[in-house]
Amino acid sequence: MDITYIFPAILILIAAFTVYTYNRLVGLRNMADTAYSNIDTLLQKRFDLVPNLVETVKGYMQHEQQVLEAITKARTDWLKASTIQENAGADETAARALKTLFAVSENYPDLKANQNFLMLQEELAGIENKIAYARQRYNRTVMVLNMVIQRFPSNYIARLFNFKTREFFAVESEQARSVPNVDMQGGDN
Amino acid sequence: MDPIYGRIAANKRRTFFLFFLYAVLFGGIGYFAGIYLGEPIVGLILAGLVFGALFLISFFSGQSVVTSMAGAREVSKQQEPFLYNTVEALSIAAGKPMPKVYIIETEVPNAFAAGRNPQNAIIAVTRGLMNRLNRQELEGVIAHEMAHINNYDVLLATVAIVLAGTIVFVSVIARNMVFFGGMGRGGRKSGQGQLIAIAALIILAILAPIFAQLLKFAISRQREYLADATAADFTGYPEGLASALEKITEQQVKKSPIDNSALNGLYIVNPALGARSGNRASVLFSTHPPAEERIKRLRAM
Repeated sequence: MDITYIFPAILILIAAFTVYTYNRLVGLRNMADTAYSNIDTLLQKRFDLVPNLVETVKGYMQHEQQVLEAITKARTDWLKASTIQENAGADETAARALKTLFAVSENYPDLKANQNFLMLQEELAGIENKIAYARQRYNRTVMVLNMVIQRFPSNYIARLFNFKTREFFAVESEQARSVPNVDMQGGDN
Repeated sequence: MDPIYGRIAANKRRTFFLFFLYAVLFGGIGYFAGIYLGEPIVGLILAGLVFGALFLISFFSGQSVVTSMAGAREVSKQQEPFLYNTVEALSIAAGKPMPKVYIIETEVPNAFAAGRNPQNAIIAVTRGLMNRLNRQELEGVIAHEMAHINNYDVLLATVAIVLAGTIVFVSVIARNMVFFGGMGRGGRKSGQGQLIAIAALIILAILAPIFAQLLKFAISRQREYLADATAADFTGYPEGLASALEKITEQQVKKSPIDNSALNGLYIVNPALGARSGNRASVLFSTHPPAEERIKRLRAM
């Protein structure tokens, strides 16, 4: 084959690959943004219910102040959170504290009979489930995005157009991982 | 990249290829019927018009046809919070818009999805399904339906129900035309071209409905496995769906209120199962792979 055809052919191939990879990266980045805003919306929904929940529960559970404090603290942490890790930390703390609260609530028949509490419980369980799926969606998208950004040869195109790898929505700091000190015995009741 | 996404793209291509085959079937019947009547072009145009009209009707209102045939009614979040939350969670997992939620008031557990694309999709479940399954199992079933929506199977299923039905109908008309019309005219003119056309029409009229059904079944069987795999991918817990399939399969009864031969292929487990269980000959014409095989594959994941 004539050597003069090879050079333009290679150029066309490189251009086609660049266009393809660029579009793929844009698509993945948008998917990751959407997935992240999904998590954010759900966290917002959950923490919007927290004051209501604390208000409902407070009258019944005099001896479980620590659980309620843990939930309120998670909400404050989340309001202040700016990085993905801080968000994930607040999410984890809240999830664990809510789980404890609903477990402890089994000891309070009056509370279990409260319609408002039952409604909140169902709503929060539903949101919890959705957050888990939204997190999974986000993490998978980020995994593919990071892979395209880091793999050869698409890494050159990612660098050329300044695409950055993303963090997973997961807890990494020691502090966030530590179990909140919740007294399951409920003091002296 | 996740291999499942490649398979979904292939699935989508197959869906459009199948529509093309249906169009060819229609065209073939129209063309030969046209030769028989002396105007092949007219036959072809008529077939094209009928196909186009049917396709558009089933494309744009197929889901309302299907839901009213199944006797399903739409429910809101306030009416069924648990079901609604589960569907919403799985739509998040699939990264697809929230489908409309329908309920069929019957104790036989089953579920299906319909619609032309993820933006216009519905998921219908029976009351019995909600009463008999726990959260993980219900999530598995909804994930399976979400997978059908995600894989564009719903478009195919909804349109195929209308098209396959019509091909059978048209073939019956064509057959009658040849038998009754053919006897009257046989003496007057029987050019060789005409004879070939009659023969072709007879063959097509007999084969088309069988072919149409087989095509629908063969493709929907593969799709059930793919939807099961996609569902397991969404929930990350194949056992939920496996145990749901077990429960649903053993609960199907003969002549249940949801047993409707036009719709049976849509459901997660064929409602006619109770009526036909044990009949090996029906495997070829079955819309679903045997439940035991699906459960086995899910448990092997």
